[in-house]
Amino acid sequence: MGLKINHLLGLENVSREDIELILNTTRSFREVIERPVKKVPPLRGVTVVNLFYEPSTRTRLSFELAEKRLSADTINFAAKGSSVAKGESLKDTVRNIEALKIDMIVMRHSSVGAPHFLTKFASSTIINAGDGAHEHPTQALLDMYSIHARYGKLDGLRIVIVGDILHSRVARSNIWGLKTMGASVAVCGPTTLLPQEVEKMGVDVYSDLDEALHGADVVNVLRLQRERQQAGLLPSLREYTTLFGLTRERLKLLNKNYTVMHPGPMNRGVEISSEVADGDSSIILEQVTNGVAVRMAVLYLLQGGEEN
Amino acid sequence: MARLKVIAGGQLVDPSADIDKKADLYIEKGNVSRVETKQLLTTEDLKQMEPGEFIDATGMIISPGLIDMHVHLREPGKEKLETIQTGSEAAAAGGFTTICCMPNTTPTIDNQETVKFILSRARQAPVRVYPISAITKGQKGKELAEIGEVVAAGAIALTDDGYPVQSAEMMRKAFDYARMFKIPVIEHPEDLSLSGDGVMNEGYTSMRLGMKGVPFVSEEVCVSRDLLLARYTGGRIHFAHISTAGAVELIRQAKKADVNVTAEVTPHHLSLTDDLIAEDFDPNLKMSPPLRTETDVRALIKGLLDGTLDCIASDHAPHSHESKDVEFDLAPNGVIGLETSLGVCSTYLIKEKHLKWTQLIRAMSTRPAQILSLNAGSLQEGFPADITIIDPGKEWIVNPERFLSRSRNTPYAGQTLTGKAVYTIVDGKVVYKDV
Repeated sequence: MGLKINHLLGLENVSREDIELILNTTRSFREVIERPVKKVPPLRGVTVVNLFYEPSTRTRLSFELAEKRLSADTINFAAKGSSVAKGESLKDTVRNIEALKIDMIVMRHSSVGAPHFLTKFASSTIINAGDGAHEHPTQALLDMYSIHARYGKLDGLRIVIVGDILHSRVARSNIWGLKTMGASVAVCGPTTLLPQEVEKMGVDVYSDLDEALHGADVVNVLRLQRERQQAGLLPSLREYTTLFGLTRERLKLLNKNYTVMHPGPMNRGVEISSEVADGDSSIILEQVTNGVAVRMAVLYLLQGGEEN
Repeated sequence: MARLKVIAGGQLVDPSADIDKKADLYIEKGNVSRVETKQLLTTEDLKQMEPGEFIDATGMIISPGLIDMHVHLREPGKEKLETIQTGSEAAAAGGFTTICCMPNTTPTIDNQETVKFILSRARQAPVRVYPISAITKGQKGKELAEIGEVVAAGAIALTDDGYPVQSAEMMRKAFDYARMFKIPVIEHPEDLSLSGDGVMNEGYTSMRLGMKGVPFVSEEVCVSRDLLLARYTGGRIHFAHISTAGAVELIRQAKKADVNVTAEVTPHHLSLTDDLIAEDFDPNLKMSPPLRTETDVRALIKGLLDGTLDCIASDHAPHSHESKDVEFDLAPNGVIGLETSLGVCSTYLIKEKHLKWTQLIRAMSTRPAQILSLNAGSLQEGFPADITIIDPGKEWIVNPERFLSRSRNTPYAGQTLTGKAVYTIVDGKVVYKDV
């Protein structure tokens, strides 16, 4: 059986079966990328456009590598310095790109719902690589895969997401995906960075990090954008670090076999101390590696592939 | 063509005289000459008349002409989106006999020349068009517009709609100065520092979508401030497009305390909620104030029922297809409404049994006429024969391609509505017919 979804726009409405299929398929591709020859042929003849309306290095590189390892043909489009800068609309840009006869679009955009908008008129398969503060489904899938690889399950684990929940697409996708897979999720951050009514997503909400970490298995630390302080959402970065920085001291509150995660890029010494980021329980670099395998699985399955 | 002399056999609903019964309406020289509720004309009587002299309104509602006191006509400046002529034709098709146009044009309606220009164009229009002037020059919130001159030229109210007045001191001056001319100051209630760059209602849906939100308090802070200022100055405030439950309650309390306040609500805020945005991010659901929640919709309907909210106005805001066919947050705010207002209200309010026709007509005709001191909103003898004949059971599908407005930005496209204006009559002349 293949995926039930035709596009990957977010994880809010993706079923447990589809997520399981993606995670299982990721396992096969994870093996592929450990081989001396890391390339396989399933997307030969398929053209993928990486349509990046917002700057991104790691997500774009990860997708590009995943596409190349599946033998797809890849085109990169960055809005900066392109027709978009000359005032062309997203719709016209995408129609022009589709006229080049492409098959899949991986899109990063600062507007919430931009990939959903594409599905109204585009005939390609769409993968959301981050839309505003809405969703970043492949990041959440790679996080889920990384947790699953360590514990052999997601069901029943207690996972704390710490930081700027308000502006985080990573947090939203993680919450939907982890909840669907049976994990218990808590969010923790300063009250100015916790969205109203977030508890309705089925999460526990904390503004005291020590309390939140107590008895948790996994802590996923989000990047704090420095401009939040300028926007008046925080008094100072120093105070943020004192209240919400993940330090070695605080790790003692977690369950024994704990895991530290971060989607990157990190502000060392702000949201996470270097010793924690580089510590034995940190799987931050493992997440990056898994990201390629997850994206290979998503591209492969959306192109009609099935679990092998 | 023969002059219209009588509208026979319909249900006359005239809240100004508390009438809701079968009646024949006689018209002479553009005015209502007689309302006959006893000796109704028979089919035989009608056969004696020339075609064109009568309308057989059996099964229809005869209403005083509908009045929309909040319409953006885009002329001068953005005639590609709408003109006084096309907006008036759309109004006639929606059953409106009078519309009032907002001043956020280019140039702004803030001086007597622009007011005179609007009125000169309005003379060609099929319905009555009254200009509303800006409160402040260029709607910049810094200096009062030449209010005495614009009123003398024909402006009937003041508003900086679209650009809420942020300074409390400026609003106080507006109340003080406008009092001399006995016209209402209309506020678009919004504290922009709280709204920030929000694009939809702040709440569960915006949180889930990661969209920037406009909190309900941004409206309520401004409503509170203006109510306090109106009470302090003895000024007369009318709130445009109220959208939150809290604002309704603030106005309810203020009315009890005899503050000189009136308020309007739009058909879209009475019928749609913010969770619809999550379905497909349709930019035709993007408006200011934003669509709110089910709780707010219920409170707005209740406010309309108990008279806290006085009237319904469309906030008809034309935008081009190109500007709306983009990512949600990049689209401009606003939806059109002249051709759908009546159908939306009769479908969502009357068919759903929230309101009776007399209550709806009060909100769409009698009250706006009273708020703006117009010689309209009534079908009593001597009033102008501005009449809307409504087929309450007529089902129709909203097809924007057939709109007379130059713009198509409606969230109701494709929906089946029940209830439609089938005749619009201004000054005793039929200006729109759909039979």
